[in-house]
Amino acid sequence: MIRDLHKKIINQEITSEKLTEEYFATIEEKDPEIKAYLSFNREFALAKAAAVDKKIKNGEKVDLLAGIPCGIKDNICIEGLVTTAASKILENYVAPYDATVISKLKECDSVFLGKTNLDEFAMGASTENSAYQTTKNPHDISRVPGGTSGGSTAAVAADECVWALGSDTGGSIRQPSSFCGTVGLKPTYGMISRYGLIAMASSFDQIGPVTKTVEDAAIVLSRIAGKDRKDSTSMPTAEKNYEDLLGGANIGNLKIGVPKEFFATDGLDKRVKEKIKQAIEKYEKLGAKIVGISLPNFDHALATYYIIMPCEVSSNMARFDGIRFGQSVGAESEKTGSDYTLWDIYFKTRAKYLGREVKRRIMLGTYALSAGYYDQYYLKAQKVRALIRKEFEEAFKKVDVILGPTSPTPAFRIGEKTENPLEMYLADIYTVTANIAGIPAISVPCGTIEAGGKSLPVGMQLMGKWFDEETILNAAYIFENS
Amino acid sequence: MLKKEQIKKIAQLARIEISEEEAGKYSHELSDILGFVEKLNEADTEGVEPIAHITGAKNVIREDKIVEYSDETKEKMINNFPEKKDRFDKVKAVF
Repeated sequence: MIRDLHKKIINQEITSEKLTEEYFATIEEKDPEIKAYLSFNREFALAKAAAVDKKIKNGEKVDLLAGIPCGIKDNICIEGLVTTAASKILENYVAPYDATVISKLKECDSVFLGKTNLDEFAMGASTENSAYQTTKNPHDISRVPGGTSGGSTAAVAADECVWALGSDTGGSIRQPSSFCGTVGLKPTYGMISRYGLIAMASSFDQIGPVTKTVEDAAIVLSRIAGKDRKDSTSMPTAEKNYEDLLGGANIGNLKIGVPKEFFATDGLDKRVKEKIKQAIEKYEKLGAKIVGISLPNFDHALATYYIIMPCEVSSNMARFDGIRFGQSVGAESEKTGSDYTLWDIYFKTRAKYLGREVKRRIMLGTYALSAGYYDQYYLKAQKVRALIRKEFEEAFKKVDVILGPTSPTPAFRIGEKTENPLEMYLADIYTVTANIAGIPAISVPCGTIEAGGKSLPVGMQLMGKWFDEETILNAAYIFENS
Repeated sequence: MLKKEQIKKIAQLARIEISEEEAGKYSHELSDILGFVEKLNEADTEGVEPIAHITGAKNVIREDKIVEYSDETKEKMINNFPEKKDRFDKVKAVF
């Protein structure tokens, strides 16, 4: 899709300004219902679009992403714009700098339409934890778009942008992509700089694209990847134009691993299971070799995640203390005449401006890291994490990619799981393993399920070796185009 | 099962004010989640080294040198202070 629009722009069949206006018109029409965006950036977007049009008129060469309208998840900082992470505590926070991914996209002349909704601080699985609004699934507005990048996936699915950036800590790009019928890529940990991404769980967080097609995901990935001195966990990567490497692979050489544990899960919806089986059959017909494998510790992945993640959350969220930025009861105390101590400011600011799920995870992490429990929880989980990584290392000696469902169910109804945090956590069961092991994974639409007169998308997940995005993109591309 | 008293202690460590009612609620919710993660005890981790960094990066260092940011960026950071006096972040007395 990006390539076609790019051709139209450079051939001057359409101006970027006109294209941007068209997307804002769609937003005006649909977003009052879908609620994918938290804020807009109209003036800046149109100025950027006009600048791209000028470059083209002057005969300058422009990037594939130049003049293409996109959405940015609101936990990624864009200088001068309010960045809330969908939390009340950052309601008035104006980012003083650009995230590295934003600097890179600005160099490509990307047009940012606005900031998309998410679960507060990217904690959730449905975007219902946003402190501002509940995004609706464009395929059925009584259902959630998934989360936490639900604003990004809903915006792409509803044609409210061409593509969007999301972030993925336990499945937050892939699971909503599965629910909304978009392509969602979580790159290898360290592939993309996290500088300027509001941290949730630093050893899992990774930024990635939400797109309409696999090629679009490849285009975006090529432009945002790379080592950054501002993120010491980013790694030197081979500079590749992933979009030029698609379609070249010989599927006859592709070995696809299918872990038996993925299909023995109680919560796996029968209709989803059927779609995944059909996807496997399709690959087989195309000539790929299907290999049955086993990941015995799959069963421990979610528990590992729900220990390490809250531990990291409890430490990352410590910065929201009402002192240096964000909302603070201290600022109000002058108006109300309350005489707060420093201690009061910490306790009352956090109590008032952080949401329930955020507080729950801070509490859980604080407990797991507290004196006497560290070995039992955190250390144990980091050891199981090592076991899980080892299992993937072994599996990737036998196969090139691992295939399975992205989510055990299609999009669930709004309100269905909000009262039971543990049940909400189970939506991450297939996606967390990639974050635990740090490997890349992509969700690609593989059919729809009919329910109540609506067609609900289902996503299939392909996981690959560390820094081998090329193979999963190629495998996904073949599937999408056959 | 975490008791209310334990919950209050955790909240104290986490610097979050909670009510009696919330303490009761957290006691159930956290206990449920901890019950779920108990599963990990089944995993045999004898002799396994815990993960330090997933892709194996280590000792990433940089020059110990001040990087200057523009006055504009500095002003934007100052503007985010919840309370300020001139260009200083105003906080309550620590002692």
